[in-house]
Amino acid sequence: MIKNIPLSALIGLIFTGAYFFVAIAAPLIAPYGMAEVVGDVWEPASSKHLLGTDNIGRDLLTRMIYGGRTTIFIAAAATLLSFLTGTSLGLLAAVLGGWADQALSRTVDLIMSIPSLILALVILAIVPVTVPILILVMGLLDATRPYRLSRSVAVDINVMDYVEAAKLRGEGRAWIIFREILPNALSPLVAEFGLRFIFMVLFISTLSFLGLGVQPPLADWGGIVKENKDGIVYGIGAALYPAVAIATLAISVNLVADWVLNRTTSLKGGRG
Amino acid sequence: MHPIIKLVSQRLALGLLLLFGASALIFGLTEALPGDAAQAVLGQSATPEALANLREEMGLNRPALTRYFEWLGGIVQGDLGQSLTNKLDIAESIGKRLGNTLFLACVAAIVSVPLAIFLGLLAVRYRNRWPDKLISAITLTTVSIPEFLIGYVVIYYVSVKLGWFSSLAMINDSMSFGQKLNAIALPAFVLTLVVLAQMMRMTRAAILNLMQSAYIETAELKGLSTFQVIARHAFPNAISPIVNVVMLNLAYLVVGVVVVEVVFVYPGMGQYLVDAVTKRDVPVVLACGVVFAAVYIGLNMVADIVSILANPRLRHPK
Amino acid sequence: MSDTLLKVRDLKIGATVYPPGEKPHDIEIVHGVSFDLAPGKVLGLIGESGAGKSTIGLASMAYGRGGVEITGGEVWVNGRDIMKSSLGDVRNLRGGEVTYVSQSAAASFNPAKKIMDQVVEAAVEHKKFSRKEAEARARELFAKLGLPDPDNIGNRYPHQVSGGQLQRCMTALALCPEPDLVVFDEPTTALDVTTQIDVLMAIKEAIADTGVAALYITHDLAVVAQVSDDIMVLRMGDTVEYGNTDQIINNPQEEYTQALVSVRSIEHEEKQPTSEPVLSVDGITARYKGLNFDVLHNVNVELHPGQTLAVVGESGSGKSTLARVITGLLPPRDGEITFAGRKLSSDLAGRSREDLRELQMIYQMADVAMNPRQTVGTIIGRPLEFYFNMRGAEKHKRVVELLDEIELGEKFIDRYPAELSGGQKQRVCIARSLAAKPKMIICDEVTSALDPLVADGILKLLLDLQKIEDVAYLFITHDLATVRAISDSIAVMYQGRVVRYGPKSQVLSPPFDDYTDLLLSSVPEMHLGWLEEVVAHRKMESAGN
Repeated sequence: MIKNIPLSALIGLIFTGAYFFVAIAAPLIAPYGMAEVVGDVWEPASSKHLLGTDNIGRDLLTRMIYGGRTTIFIAAAATLLSFLTGTSLGLLAAVLGGWADQALSRTVDLIMSIPSLILALVILAIVPVTVPILILVMGLLDATRPYRLSRSVAVDINVMDYVEAAKLRGEGRAWIIFREILPNALSPLVAEFGLRFIFMVLFISTLSFLGLGVQPPLADWGGIVKENKDGIVYGIGAALYPAVAIATLAISVNLVADWVLNRTTSLKGGRG
Repeated sequence: MHPIIKLVSQRLALGLLLLFGASALIFGLTEALPGDAAQAVLGQSATPEALANLREEMGLNRPALTRYFEWLGGIVQGDLGQSLTNKLDIAESIGKRLGNTLFLACVAAIVSVPLAIFLGLLAVRYRNRWPDKLISAITLTTVSIPEFLIGYVVIYYVSVKLGWFSSLAMINDSMSFGQKLNAIALPAFVLTLVVLAQMMRMTRAAILNLMQSAYIETAELKGLSTFQVIARHAFPNAISPIVNVVMLNLAYLVVGVVVVEVVFVYPGMGQYLVDAVTKRDVPVVLACGVVFAAVYIGLNMVADIVSILANPRLRHPK
Repeated sequence: MSDTLLKVRDLKIGATVYPPGEKPHDIEIVHGVSFDLAPGKVLGLIGESGAGKSTIGLASMAYGRGGVEITGGEVWVNGRDIMKSSLGDVRNLRGGEVTYVSQSAAASFNPAKKIMDQVVEAAVEHKKFSRKEAEARARELFAKLGLPDPDNIGNRYPHQVSGGQLQRCMTALALCPEPDLVVFDEPTTALDVTTQIDVLMAIKEAIADTGVAALYITHDLAVVAQVSDDIMVLRMGDTVEYGNTDQIINNPQEEYTQALVSVRSIEHEEKQPTSEPVLSVDGITARYKGLNFDVLHNVNVELHPGQTLAVVGESGSGKSTLARVITGLLPPRDGEITFAGRKLSSDLAGRSREDLRELQMIYQMADVAMNPRQTVGTIIGRPLEFYFNMRGAEKHKRVVELLDEIELGEKFIDRYPAELSGGQKQRVCIARSLAAKPKMIICDEVTSALDPLVADGILKLLLDLQKIEDVAYLFITHDLATVRAISDSIAVMYQGRVVRYGPKSQVLSPPFDDYTDLLLSSVPEMHLGWLEEVVAHRKMESAGN
């Protein structure tokens, strides 16, 4: 198994793993406290502060580590919520068909006819912005995409002769969903999970940057940009570190997702 | 009736229905969620009496359905109501800002669409060779960084380090067209970067799919040159997929505008919306939401109608 | 001009394959093939899938499809080696000297352009004719190929004419520039059998009239025998036998060729009907949801235990719909089905587990009839578990027994469907249905996706199993040769109705109704001159009427 992983996927796995490890172990790794002011405003990088300090003199590396923890936690929770809601409704719509499918699919069409950022902004104008609410809003708005994917994959599989053969055998709905459809739908769904996670990271960062996401003093990558953006015109690059972090995380997850998707067509147990 | 007229009018009707549904969804969300405009104005610590008075004053005690249809009727007549915070007419404020936003989006589109199609064709021409691989690597990178960060990276390097262009995209009526273009050069550049990669990748996929058709092989086996094959046989069939790609990305661009405007402090719709959300100015948020939804739905509708019109099976029924 | 138009010497063709999960590598698909073709002659290239016949045909135009490359040997056309020609020369050759007719005209015509524009394009491009002359020639060819309204059909778009007509338009497209050689790549394979014969005759006459030479590529030896002067039998990229048509058909030297010629030589004694049928279909009328016409009209057939009823018809005849009605997937509007003495619920949900067990089904495409994520052992074992509650060693023992019955053996038990060949997959499907110990199996075109020799093996297996298990088959097919080989009784279907029904000997002997006559006489027979006989027979009949 391990020796068959291509180099690109291995790099992706290592980086993704590293980011998650840092996120979980943040308090152990971070050199200072999250909101601790330890120096001057925008100190340059030094042996004391590897990435320098931020707009009010907090250690930037510490902020980045805690920021990663917040961003990854919110993105992962929202992705999970989005996926559980989306795929279970999608599979159900595909297997039930008829009016249940129509009602669900038309609702999803309607939600998707408005860009999700705009819809999120409308909602956040009304409700108080807290972490659980952010997760809920992002997760539910984005559930439309896993819904569409899982429904279309399941509809394709549902008309396959082997599913018909199972129905003719007299198998129950549970067997059809869990033994016939799900094993064959898993690879595209897992790959999509990765892509949705990236999207969530970008989404929460954007909201935080607009001031409508994670609220200070809690750190997250989008918020770090917002806090330090004024430094840019003085040539201080503190606001750009999150770009590097987000891009490397996103690319790593992408590489893993690509590999999972390609593996779908592999010989043994493949769909090929 | 010609089937194509029927299909197009069906699609138009669906667009209107979606627009109606979208307005209902946006309005309904602000109603269904805990908290309302009065709460938003007075804040969490307001006394119940003050809240009740303000609700009475704003007419929030009447049934939601009545208010929805009043609001919808207003929109149809161009009346979007009044801002809660500065009491200004929303339609007027939006009018000017929408113009600015469309100007920015159009400039970005004029640059990015031809460039993306050209680069997409290039990727097809050199499939699996280095230009193709370079293009897909750049695509992967740009889709992995949020728009606002691309904006700051550009400001940091182009505006601060190189000293070209201002990091603030100020724009007003007294400026000449050239000055305006100069002012929005950086945000337009960022928007182009944001949509270019996706558009390029999708163009590449659409053209590749087309070039693998059996009728392209037939044309090649007629001894036509590569140029003739593309011009005579690929191009007429490529219009619909390419228009689709372009429209989908323009719709995406409209959303990207929101964030890019905030980065460059550009006086457009996106800035207006984000300000309103921050200040919890519900009528403005509603109005902006509907305008963005309308543009988005409209572009998607145009894409669908073009593919209906470009389909020879529908244009020349049996 | 030399006396050989096309000279191929030691042609080797390779391709790069990209197996998922492995490094891409090069393979050789044609290993040194040589032949000659004189002007005005027709050479048939015949073989099963993977024989390399299409690849060789396209090589005569210096064309490789999707990563296929000519790696060695020589191809001479009109006295010059086209492998060494410049790109400009090759372009002049393509569409000028050598033209191509593909299997699917529907996909090969550009949907956005009128037929005429596409038919004359090569002739005008290569300056063979002016646009006006080319159009006149095209109209002449349309008439010669028997297309309706030859003066105006060119103004239509490809989707506005039928499949058979479009295939003839493609032939006109190939003949329009007055080429020296036409490559016909399975030009009639996608057509219904009654349409095939007309297109075949049109092609044959057009070849004779224009004096063009042709490479005729097909998997059907009976078809190629009608049109070619010489035949080359190919197998996995190698020449098996190469000779004139008479010798290949009437005196084949190689074992493989003999097998191809004698395919469907299965002997099967017709059984007499018993007193009690296992299945009786009474007055079934059915339509699909959303359609406003019936797909089946008052269908009545019976099937007796241990026997085979063949339901035969062309695409759109309703034969597969009948299968869906019997299985309960499509409840009929009217009529009833009696199975093993019990009246069957019209809906799948209303049937007992016993009903489901005793009525099994085998599909046309074996690769999509098996869950790719399950092993052969799981696939065959599931009905045992589901119907008979077999577990562990008992189940394993029975699965192995079934694997032996289908001549595969225990070593296949842990394989996935993707690791099996087409014939092996179909065998596993047969074992899965037998595992339920059914009284009857519906076989829906079970051999039509397979190469002839493999199909033959499957038919023999089915007949052997019928003797052992005493199971009845409802055999749905468009292939009359299969029907002759295995059936006890036959129902001929046309446009949703059973137009002829009875014991095999009776259905297949005259006097015939018009449709059955047309259908029976359209099946290509493995003797020279069959095509002319049929056409002459039909002309006489229509003159008689």
